[in-house]
Amino acid sequence: MERMTIPDLSRRSVLFGTGALVMAFTMRPALAQTTQAPGDETQNFQAVEQPAPDLPGSLKTNPNLESWIRIEASGHATIFTGKAELGQGIKTALLQIAAEELKIPFEGLSLIGPDTVLSPNEGYTAGSHSIQDSGTAIRHAAAQARDILIGEAARRLSLPVEQLRAEKGTVLGPAGQKLGYGELVSDHLIEGRAQPVSKLTPAGDFVEMGTPRHRIDIPGKVTGGAAYIQDMRPDGMLHGRIVRPPSPAARLQSVDLSGVETMPGVVKVVRDGSFLGVLAEKEWQAIKAMRALSAAAQWSEQASLPEINDLPKALMAIPAEDGVVVDKQVPVAVTRTQEATFTRPYQIHGSIGPSCGLAHLVDGLTTVWTHTQGVYPDQKAIAQMLGVPIEQVRCIHVEGSGCYGHNGADDAAADAALLAQAMPGRPVKVQWMREQEHAWEPFSPGMVTKVRAGLDDKGNILDWNYELWSNSHNSRPGTAGALLPAQHMAKAFPPDVPKLQITPEGNGDRNSNPLYAFPSRHVIWHFLTEAPIRVSALRGLGAYMNVFSIENFMDDLAVQAKADPVEYRLRHLQDQRAKDVVSRAAEMFGWKAGQAAPEGHGYGFAFARYKNLAAYCAVALEVKVEPETGRVRLIRASSAVDAGEVVNPNGVANQVQGGIIQAASWTLYEGLTFDRTRITSVDWSTYPIMRFDALPEAIDVDIIPRHGTPFLGAGECSQGPGGAAVANAITHAIGRRVYDLPLTRERVRDAAQKRV
Amino acid sequence: MVALTVNGQSHQVDVDPDTPLLYVLRDELKLNAAKYGCGLGQCGACTVMIDGEAVFSCVTPIVVLEGRNITTVEGLGTIEAPGPMQQAFIEEQAAQCGYCIPGMMMRAQVLLQRDPAASDEEIRAHMEPNLCRCGTHMRIVAAIKRAGKLMQTASVDTAKRTG
Amino acid sequence: MRLIRFLGGALCLVVILGIGFVAFAWRSAIDPVEPPATASFDPALVERGASLAAIGNCSVCHTKEGGEIMAGGLPLPTPFGTIYATNITPDPETGIGRWSEEAFGRAMREGVDQEGRHLYPAFPYDHFTKVTDDDNRALYAYLMTRKAVRAETPANELPFPINVRMVLAGWKMLFFTPGVYEPDAAQTAEWNRGAYLAEGLGHCGGCHTPRNLLGAEKKSEHYAGGEAEGWTAYALNAASPAPVPWTAESLNQYLTTGYEAQHGVARGPMAPVTANMRLAAPDDAKAIATYIASVMGQPSTEKKSLGEKSVQQSSELEKGVQVQSAGAQTLPAAVDMKDPGAAIYAAACSTCHEAGRPVPYGGLPLRLSTAIHGPTPTNPINVILYGLPAPEGERGPIMPGFAGALTDQQIAQLLAYMRKTFSDKPEWKDIEPLVADIRAGHKDTDLRSLSSDGGNAPANPTKRETSW
Repeated sequence: MERMTIPDLSRRSVLFGTGALVMAFTMRPALAQTTQAPGDETQNFQAVEQPAPDLPGSLKTNPNLESWIRIEASGHATIFTGKAELGQGIKTALLQIAAEELKIPFEGLSLIGPDTVLSPNEGYTAGSHSIQDSGTAIRHAAAQARDILIGEAARRLSLPVEQLRAEKGTVLGPAGQKLGYGELVSDHLIEGRAQPVSKLTPAGDFVEMGTPRHRIDIPGKVTGGAAYIQDMRPDGMLHGRIVRPPSPAARLQSVDLSGVETMPGVVKVVRDGSFLGVLAEKEWQAIKAMRALSAAAQWSEQASLPEINDLPKALMAIPAEDGVVVDKQVPVAVTRTQEATFTRPYQIHGSIGPSCGLAHLVDGLTTVWTHTQGVYPDQKAIAQMLGVPIEQVRCIHVEGSGCYGHNGADDAAADAALLAQAMPGRPVKVQWMREQEHAWEPFSPGMVTKVRAGLDDKGNILDWNYELWSNSHNSRPGTAGALLPAQHMAKAFPPDVPKLQITPEGNGDRNSNPLYAFPSRHVIWHFLTEAPIRVSALRGLGAYMNVFSIENFMDDLAVQAKADPVEYRLRHLQDQRAKDVVSRAAEMFGWKAGQAAPEGHGYGFAFARYKNLAAYCAVALEVKVEPETGRVRLIRASSAVDAGEVVNPNGVANQVQGGIIQAASWTLYEGLTFDRTRITSVDWSTYPIMRFDALPEAIDVDIIPRHGTPFLGAGECSQGPGGAAVANAITHAIGRRVYDLPLTRERVRDAAQKRV
Repeated sequence: MVALTVNGQSHQVDVDPDTPLLYVLRDELKLNAAKYGCGLGQCGACTVMIDGEAVFSCVTPIVVLEGRNITTVEGLGTIEAPGPMQQAFIEEQAAQCGYCIPGMMMRAQVLLQRDPAASDEEIRAHMEPNLCRCGTHMRIVAAIKRAGKLMQTASVDTAKRTG
Repeated sequence: MRLIRFLGGALCLVVILGIGFVAFAWRSAIDPVEPPATASFDPALVERGASLAAIGNCSVCHTKEGGEIMAGGLPLPTPFGTIYATNITPDPETGIGRWSEEAFGRAMREGVDQEGRHLYPAFPYDHFTKVTDDDNRALYAYLMTRKAVRAETPANELPFPINVRMVLAGWKMLFFTPGVYEPDAAQTAEWNRGAYLAEGLGHCGGCHTPRNLLGAEKKSEHYAGGEAEGWTAYALNAASPAPVPWTAESLNQYLTTGYEAQHGVARGPMAPVTANMRLAAPDDAKAIATYIASVMGQPSTEKKSLGEKSVQQSSELEKGVQVQSAGAQTLPAAVDMKDPGAAIYAAACSTCHEAGRPVPYGGLPLRLSTAIHGPTPTNPINVILYGLPAPEGERGPIMPGFAGALTDQQIAQLLAYMRKTFSDKPEWKDIEPLVADIRAGHKDTDLRSLSSDGGNAPANPTKRETSW
């Protein structure tokens, strides 16, 4: 609980001295320097107020940028961020940025993560925005802090600032004068003012940014350090377990608590409507009590789920509101049209560590430790659920297992908060079981896409017509109704009703508008207004399925046009950076137009610019297919990425490589199963994912350097191209395309044997 | 009371004999490395080494562990002096969220103690029971290979410690 | 099959037969042909061949770990040495690309290769001889339209005189009756179809019939139970140890999905058999089930009521574990903790096996387990040690192995408790040394996992390609 000892820094002030320098000022003009103007990341900002909606990135919610940086009299600096470490290495990258601009050695910095008391409100950590939003803000704040310190040194040394420079936490003068940052902030009040333009370090002078750096969190994680919320064990902690309903629409009819209440170690059984939980002294006692409670509970169940055997039909039958993503139709001389329909089942996040929450009610304040992606939205939703003023809930981010989006984290935090009300004074940790995580996390929505292309006589695309059917990919809090326990309480909060919004960054329609330069286009999202299954954000939202559809279809069209798929893409691209990643990936792979693969092998290619606003990524991939069994073997992959200015190349490569593997798993194996009443994918035997033996031999990642350009979020950029490249390679190998995800062994076998 | 030997130290723990080892390690001995992932022996996040074999601690009751030698990641080295396996994972930056990594390291440790020169294919086959969701697999394999090399050159001291 | 039992008395053969049999044994080569083009085969014939090849389980023996399908090279360990499965892809040099249909038919009917050499009965021509010319034609069409893979079959590692193929002629004279299956006019067409497939291509007896010293199936003990790849193949006749008597329906369900609610899941060498069976024509699987059920016969009233009782007792476990609610497991069973086997069962086994979650994903109540009622503890030892590994990217039961967690003694105590508690059979003797033997790898245990959805063989982690 180290962070709890840090004094309250929430005061808004320009600058104050005597022992510490705290950066807190408006930098509206300065930030315009390096932030391009992307649209809203819908997941990030819809839940929090936007006092300055005209500003880019995190400035929308934090125009005053309070407390980004604090420099101690010791010379040590603390950086504050509202973005959470999710395994993407953000802590390290943000510190690299701060070190670069502050001119403090990396080791002299520490980071405070999301905390509703300490950190800026940056909404959700989602949409590959952390470097773009938080990184940009920290970069400017650090640069300005450094210049203020140089200014203070100049004042003391009576020298013009031009003669001074900062290095390793010290301001150096021309005659060897040295003033440490700690010295500069320790004596008396410094007066400084933020400048309209930050003096950013030119890329050519970088010593920290752009250099691969070992992540600060890994040594602890590989040596048994307390790295995750699951590892927190405050004194007096109780272990909590929840008994969830057996199916999404089930309600608790009756439960005999007496047998459970007397079990060894059981401290409390909590029932509130259909919310059922137990608290025990030891973890195994809590688990046994949970099992006994489960056996004692009587539920009424209801068939509320769609028919899985014809899921596309079931989805398309849901009432829809149409949102026009793009409508730029011009008259074109189409000689031929071609169309295709693609489908995708519901899929899960599948965090390896099931969700966990820790809550402690003391003197009316409920402190919640959570691995949520958004502490501020959760604070609001949990306060509403508990019926207390927002000030009576504090949410603090602690790392959990990788989440890849909106998994059970927020619900587990709410579970813990609710159980903690029953035992004031004692910390309560709630750990979800594997089956609960599988069955109760908000899934990624099932989708159907339909694409029709109008072509000229050479097979070039003149007109593009694309429709997608999908629920919203975002049901994050929101109100208390977004929280599972709040939905189950006697005084139940109804789930938020998602609203159709067409934004530049997109939601279900993310990446539905191809980056290719088609003269005429029409893209529409049939926004399904009813969700038969609880769904929310999974890495990339709609981008994975939309890129999958677009890039599969581009290959089909290339085949029809008797063109090489890489050349065909290049001829439809105008964005030079897009062309560069396509060419680079092809070159890395050794792609040659028209080259035949060995028998049973296939080569696949795919490209996308994530959200059409963030990183560019192209993937070339080789597979081998055994037609008798339909087994697909990944052989190798090459990927080129343009993420703008890159802070930690090692981190970007790790994300891109991981994204390709995860997308390959989605593409080949994954689909949620259910009957009309219950979810039946409840563990790894009923929802298999990729294991070691299925890995390719190599996945090469090359980052195209773009120094001096804005950061482009890269964390999710390879999901779409990675999955589509797998499918295109399979199609190349067997000469037939499978249009329905996942590309199971059975489907590939049937296609290979031309039985479809 | 059940007597257990973990990382060379003897412990007396006062828990039900049907308690899975995982909860004894985490809650009684306050060791963080072994992780709860599924409780079903399907994912390997809880993997520890018992007498040189990889074991799912989540489905292994302590009633069967009297007199056995249990090793966890904490027994491979410390943050100040990481052992070869830990060193290799740091050098390869073989983690994203890192939650599965301790289980990966213990399973790999079992293989490398038998054969530090295990091939790529042997490593993949051996690691089959352990799941990673972030897609860090390629780096994990690279780290295991690196750890094998480090072990082959490691001092007798380290060999003893990881014994 | 993989464990070659026919070589037991091979040395005697030499004495019995002698050189004089050369004339009897001589087979001429059949002229090689140019490999026929894929397009020369009727696709419908190829598809029928695929169905038959699935029943014949060809790919399982003829594909080595990490190898290309049907390209051979799988080592078949025997007490005397190792035989390697041959390459049956249409590669002209290393496969059967130059075999005519006639040569293929002769191999199936007589166990003689294209060059006229006698084949080791590891290739079960004692069964395949019953296959009709028509079906051989379909199989030939299927195999000749596979991808030709150049893969030299390693030379068998057999000592003299077993390495002299002429010796096999003597074996054939003693134990081999060539000839197509003869239908039994007294039985239904479905029964006859089942018998034809089970006795012929399916070669069920290869594992489920015991063998004599010379490795031939004992005709007098048809389906009385045998062994395969380190597993006990249970009796398929009236002596079937299944506590709940099989029916044609339950067998069909088991054969085509790899599991059955009251019998559990297929594992070991049976797993790919059931996975392959899904690729076969549905009527064929049903016919095999009908035939095998008739071989087992009507169970006695006593056996039947015992089975019903077991089902009744097990169904009481289904009282309420709902996996979405609180996990797939239940509270540890209440047992006498002074019995070490009982304590292990309660803590390590009962939480899944008494949870009431149905198979294939839940643990079978052991009262219903054939393995606990079988003549040997081999199968439950294999399962306890190695579990059921996860199939590749497909839904399927996963059971963790306990090889590292439990000592030989603990496994023996556990099995003794299970046998005593869940079966009415006499105790097993000498469990502990058998555990040690299996653990040491002396039994060459074949581990396969079962895919419950994919329906295609082999879904087998030990057979994945890991070399590129």
